[in-house]
Amino acid sequence: MNIDSIQNGVVIDHIKAGQGMKLYHLLKLDETELSVAIIRNVTSGKMGKKDIIKIDADIPLNLDIVAYVDPGATVNIIRSGELVEKRQMELPEILTDVLYCKNPRCITSTEQELHHVFKLEDREKKVYRCLYCETKAGG
Amino acid sequence: MKRSVIDILDLSTAELEELIATAEDIIANPDKYAHACDRRILATLFFEPSTRTRMSFEAAMYELGGHVISVSSAGSSSAAKGESVADTAKTVSCYADIIAMRHPKEGAAYVAATNASIPVINAGDGGHCHPTQTLADLLTIWREKRRFEGLTIGLCGDLKFGRTVHSLINAMTRYNGNRFVLISPEELKVPSYVKRGSLKKYNIPYTQTTDLEAAMPELDILYMTRIQRERFFNEEDYLRLKDSYILTPDKLRNAKPDLSILHPLPRVNEISVAIDDDPRACYFKQVLNGKYMRMALILKLLKEAGRL
Repeated sequence: MNIDSIQNGVVIDHIKAGQGMKLYHLLKLDETELSVAIIRNVTSGKMGKKDIIKIDADIPLNLDIVAYVDPGATVNIIRSGELVEKRQMELPEILTDVLYCKNPRCITSTEQELHHVFKLEDREKKVYRCLYCETKAGG
Repeated sequence: MKRSVIDILDLSTAELEELIATAEDIIANPDKYAHACDRRILATLFFEPSTRTRMSFEAAMYELGGHVISVSSAGSSSAAKGESVADTAKTVSCYADIIAMRHPKEGAAYVAATNASIPVINAGDGGHCHPTQTLADLLTIWREKRRFEGLTIGLCGDLKFGRTVHSLINAMTRYNGNRFVLISPEELKVPSYVKRGSLKKYNIPYTQTTDLEAAMPELDILYMTRIQRERFFNEEDYLRLKDSYILTPDKLRNAKPDLSILHPLPRVNEISVAIDDDPRACYFKQVLNGKYMRMALILKLLKEAGRL
């Protein structure tokens, strides 16, 4: 793929260096047949180093995942070779099926059909809690 | 409008006062409420063993003139066949006007509430919340102290898994001038999220100690709790910690004469029976108060749902 010539697609830019692969997997891009370029450790004036993901198709992405992994990332929508939209990310108030509750006592541990929903508790410290049992994400 | 109570914080302080006023009126004028819930049905869904909470809800509904249908263990319900909490809630909504549910999994009551078309009262979801116990605690504190402010509240025992402790802390931090003394073994301290979410958030003074007797003289309320075997994954840990605190008459030597001793019950051996006759023992009054507050809550939620 010529990464400079996306006609219709999505470019996720300004990803903190090292987070590109994580985002690639969380967005389940590894499960698609799409042309995807992950560019790692690109020199950046502002960030020093950054990662970039270019997707050669205008597909719907779960932007909550992008915002959670790196709220500093930007999502650029390209149509007919033109940048039509540039979205800044911010931590979402609610995350659905992005994080999974690890509390064995949580109702989500036995009821498989339930969505795993987390609420933002502390924006500065990036703390999320399970909507059901209030267990801290990753705790 | 249908509304459920999952957490004590689902009720504002004004609503707590309203429930207490209703409970006091029920106590003073029981006949006035004897047919308040005629032809209404309470479904008690208890997927975890319980004696007092289930009986309290059922007695509450009977005293309001209503009826009760009941599931008293997971094994005797379609949960044993693998039915989800969501489906159970939708199904029971077709039979009853209000649900009281206890479930071993945390968040189960929330799932039921979001799927039921009738009000759901959380009667305990694992180690998470138990709001109606807190209502019992609050009415007891009110009847003993006639105030919710300026109290030194000692919480003793299992402060980690004790859901009643967390709910009581959350409820009492909303009033001015209270301070907490958290008495527990190191392993069973109040979780940091409870401290951060209420005590620290509202700048409420608290101390943590392992020494019950040293804390005793300053307490207005002593809330004892049981070390809960069912919350431990490891039997050895339970056995090591289960007798950490046993309240005996001897330990009350330096207590205030108007101390109120509360316990959500059941007790195992953390309060000696010798204390039962002490006028400061309030735990059986608490049981009765629980029934009155459940009556008040059932009435409120049924009225709000347009079912009365």
